[in-house]
Amino acid sequence: MRLTVNGHAHDADPRPGQCLRTVLREAGWFGVKKGCDAGDCGACTVHLDGEPVHSCLVPAFRAEGTEVTTIEGLSGPCRPGEAREPTHPVQAAFVAAQGFQCGFCTPGMVMTAAALDQGRRQDLGDALKGNLCRCTGYGAIRDAIAGIARVEAPEGACVGRSVPAPAAPLVVTGTARFTFDIPEAGMLHLKVLRSPHAHARIVAIDTGPARAVPGVVAVLTHEDAPPRRFSTGRHEDPRDDAADTLVLDPVLRFAGQRVAAVVAETEAAAEAGCRALRVTYEVLPALLDPARALDPDAPRVHGETNLAAEVRGEVGDVAAGIAEADLVYEETFTSQRVQHAHLETHGCAGWRDADGRLTLRTSTQVPFLTRDALCALYDLPREEIRVLCGRVGGGFGGKQEMLTEDLVALAVLKTGRPVKWELTRQEQFAATTTRHPMRVRVTVGAKRDGRITALGLDVLSDTGAYGNHAGGVLHHGCNEVLAAYSCPNKRVAGRAVHTHTPPAGAFRGYGLSQTIFALESALDEVARRLGVDPFALRRINAVRPGEPLVAHSLHPHDVVFGSYGLDQCLDLAQAALAEDPGPAPELGWHVGTGMAMAMLDTIPPRGHHAEAFAALLPDGTYRLRTGTAEFGNGSQTVHRQFAAQALQADPARVRIEAADTDAVGHDTGAYGSTGTVVAGQAVHRAALALAEAIRARAAERTGVTPEACRLADGTVETPKGVIPLNDLAPLEASGRSNGSPRSVAFNVQAFRVAVHPVSGAVRILTSVHAADAGVVINPMQCRGQVEGGVAQALGAALYEEVALDGEGAVATRTFRNYHIPACGDVPDTRVLFAETDDAVGPLGAKSMSESPFNPVAAALGNAIRDATGARLTATPFAPDRIFRAVAAACDLGERHPVSDQAR
Amino acid sequence: MDLHTIETTIRLRSRSEMPDWREGDAWLAGGTWLYSEPQPALRRLIDLTSLGWPAHETGSDGLTLAATCTVAALERLDLPAAWIAAPLVRQCCRSLLGSFKVWNGATVGGNLCLALPAGPIIALTTALEGSCLLWAPDGSERRLTVPEVVIGPQRNALAPGEILRSVTLPASALSRRTAFRRISLSPHGRSGALLIGTLGADGAFALTVTASVPRPLRLAFPRPPERDDLLHAVEAAVPEGLYYDDVHGRPDWRRHMTLHFAGEILAELTEVRA
Repeated sequence: MRLTVNGHAHDADPRPGQCLRTVLREAGWFGVKKGCDAGDCGACTVHLDGEPVHSCLVPAFRAEGTEVTTIEGLSGPCRPGEAREPTHPVQAAFVAAQGFQCGFCTPGMVMTAAALDQGRRQDLGDALKGNLCRCTGYGAIRDAIAGIARVEAPEGACVGRSVPAPAAPLVVTGTARFTFDIPEAGMLHLKVLRSPHAHARIVAIDTGPARAVPGVVAVLTHEDAPPRRFSTGRHEDPRDDAADTLVLDPVLRFAGQRVAAVVAETEAAAEAGCRALRVTYEVLPALLDPARALDPDAPRVHGETNLAAEVRGEVGDVAAGIAEADLVYEETFTSQRVQHAHLETHGCAGWRDADGRLTLRTSTQVPFLTRDALCALYDLPREEIRVLCGRVGGGFGGKQEMLTEDLVALAVLKTGRPVKWELTRQEQFAATTTRHPMRVRVTVGAKRDGRITALGLDVLSDTGAYGNHAGGVLHHGCNEVLAAYSCPNKRVAGRAVHTHTPPAGAFRGYGLSQTIFALESALDEVARRLGVDPFALRRINAVRPGEPLVAHSLHPHDVVFGSYGLDQCLDLAQAALAEDPGPAPELGWHVGTGMAMAMLDTIPPRGHHAEAFAALLPDGTYRLRTGTAEFGNGSQTVHRQFAAQALQADPARVRIEAADTDAVGHDTGAYGSTGTVVAGQAVHRAALALAEAIRARAAERTGVTPEACRLADGTVETPKGVIPLNDLAPLEASGRSNGSPRSVAFNVQAFRVAVHPVSGAVRILTSVHAADAGVVINPMQCRGQVEGGVAQALGAALYEEVALDGEGAVATRTFRNYHIPACGDVPDTRVLFAETDDAVGPLGAKSMSESPFNPVAAALGNAIRDATGARLTATPFAPDRIFRAVAAACDLGERHPVSDQAR
Repeated sequence: MDLHTIETTIRLRSRSEMPDWREGDAWLAGGTWLYSEPQPALRRLIDLTSLGWPAHETGSDGLTLAATCTVAALERLDLPAAWIAAPLVRQCCRSLLGSFKVWNGATVGGNLCLALPAGPIIALTTALEGSCLLWAPDGSERRLTVPEVVIGPQRNALAPGEILRSVTLPASALSRRTAFRRISLSPHGRSGALLIGTLGADGAFALTVTASVPRPLRLAFPRPPERDDLLHAVEAAVPEGLYYDDVHGRPDWRRHMTLHFAGEILAELTEVRA
């Protein structure tokens, strides 16, 4: 069939059942993204004869004779692969507002925005309900559509300005290359058969029928896999996570676990091969309830015990603290299983390069740790494996795991051919990691004046079938939540247990969102019962500089008060909440306010390393090489700012090569909010060293002292005249950071909400977030991180739950059934920054990636409590789960609905 | 998504070309649901949109919507002023979980035949007493009401090879006053309860309950009942254990909202207007 794509005739021969999206991507239009493959996320939006459509839902044959415009052609006719300028007004607006972070949803967002008429622009909640963004929280997207700019030009100092992301023009024109935006010619496709049982043993696999499917090249079962065990969770020290996972295991410990893999010439053949596999299972009793995990008769997931990790500790004397308290409050709070839901699913492509080296292009936050894991698994030296990233379409901790690379590597090693495995959205939901579901029993003792005398946490964390991140999340989850308060008596008893459910893993907040929900809710109740203002209760009890940062043990550590802005955050949030009443609620709704705070160590413990190289190239421009991946966290924007500042250069003069094991010696990875404070520190040091080297060479050339030489944009000014930079090239310098010592960052969230006493519906009238990020390197980007963190946390607080069916299999496998916040669900959040200057972080900066997530659920629950009288102890606060509690509390008359007089 | 097991797509040009129905066949209208989930059991797609049915026909006796009429075309309809039920059309279109971009593909017939409890076109055509015209493979035709077509979650009454050709909304139904209530777990989410009340000039009152129940329910009364009688009628028609249960709303909440909305709708349609 013939159609017109971006102004040029295109001949295509679509397969029956193929969708338009695939036809376009096969033709090289990689701006058309595959996000959900089901019409829910809108990342594949194109214009078909001028009308916006989700191209994954359009039968390809219907495109015959049509005119298709993709993101690449929005600004005019073009051919695949051509560089594009963001000249369309909507593209320009998305650059000006930086209406993206990872950028995976952006092509679809821009194509949809470009199709909105005046009427639809009036109701973006409705108009954008078919466009999901997991990163931004939609604030910057709404600004883009409204024509409001957020970007600033660098003026003098580059640090502290809202300079744009280096990739902005590529992202908005659909020409940024994500993991799978590479030609597929010659590549084999891998698909896996997944366990239908929560617990079973593979008795036999008859692979014959699968091998007989035309196009099937290889079938991989546990008999083909290496015998070594590893953990999908990746840390600097691999011993942090239990080695309990096999590439293919004859024992299946959760519904959705890999059973076998089929590698074939086409996806269709690989899927047909999977359907043809004949597997005999011995179904075993399954443990689905974490509360039963330690019962003597509970089915065992691994070996002798279902205890995956434990933390116990006490400082002071909690019993004495309780005894001296005027008020003791105890309650159990539950946080559910939620998914990262980054728009780019997990996956990778692997091949042998010209030198025979195993090469993996993968969607990961940890290319170096993945490389090292593969070396251990396949007994290969580091030189024989290269792992690199394209632009990564979101992570949120989900990609601090090796979930696909091990199997693709096996397939490449077995077949000798390039192999690709891109998880479907259904697999992403059914078989990848989640936040750890937790049950947290909180005990608080307090004096009448609001002083806390005892804090106790009993934590039960469900790590699921494998122990990846079980210990790390448990320890971290019990740490800063308590260290944030200077109470003398604190106690923790925490256990992470195995169940036959999909493994939990690293997730934004790393355990703290669950425990902070519990403690900050409990403290709100304590404040309420004592008649103390909740902000005041925090001021009385929060830890201050000069006091020890202690959670539940007196072990020495490397966390220091590099700076302290919690006091400012409390003041800023309280004032902003008071000054903005938000829209008037409707008649009959109940209104209330609530707040919560959170502290986060700026760097993970136990070592986090980065190396960076800064080079002056012969053309007089700079090149940075780093190991860390850009997945929407904006690290490359900040790295360029650090380099430009140190080198006194226009940021446009600095190019970055990143996330490649060939780029630097080692990089622990982009997790634990380290993009600015660890990788950025290394970049800053490398750039300072390069500046030093440039001045030294200029001095040597001119016979003056280096101190007399001054770097300018493109030149070095010396007392003997101006030297162009290219005359001094090439030069290279390196910088390192080891992630120690560490500082503390703070977040305070406040809400005003309206709650409907009959339906249980919650509306957010005011949202304020105050953050202590030290010196804010890029205010626009930091604000975006906060807005995005609040939005993602609102999803977890209001809507999301990875629901398991009665057999332990994930029931919510589409965005339709797993609702992440869309534009209409997320209010504008006013973001305020404390003014602090950190002694530890680079140029005074602190991390601000995970932490905005952490106080949100508690602040929301506290506002609902204030509005209705109902203390909610489990997220999500969905109407169908809370309406009874809300209605009962409202009937008791604890709070009165909005009346005409009050409005 | 790519439906890898599809071996053939047939674009129908006339009713006489209809192939013999086989296992693994599916009618293809907009494709917005078929292409949104794996369909490993399907081998052939038979396209109905190529038949060129006029999307809608307005006559003095009512409005006929082709099964292939898109939600976008339905939403754009300009109806005669006497059809005061017209605002329902927009309210129901906007209740579709899919975005306005999906409206460009999604069809009236697809929404009816998919038979999801939350199908908003099911709600619209139930409330407005739609009459569905079905074409059998042997050339015969029959008519069913919408509640007769939609018999359960993702279950319809069509026989293998039978086609939903159109649905006709009578002018009498389009001339009634209406009241609409909907709730979902998120502001633009899939409906957890969607209720429509109608009141005719003759005093006839009807309450349509969808989304909260497995299949559409229409309770008709010659004149507006007392509130308690209406709620009793709903309770009698939907025993407590039979409210729909999925991730878009727990059954007890759906029941609670259904009874709440039923009362609100009755009040709205019967309040004495100044």
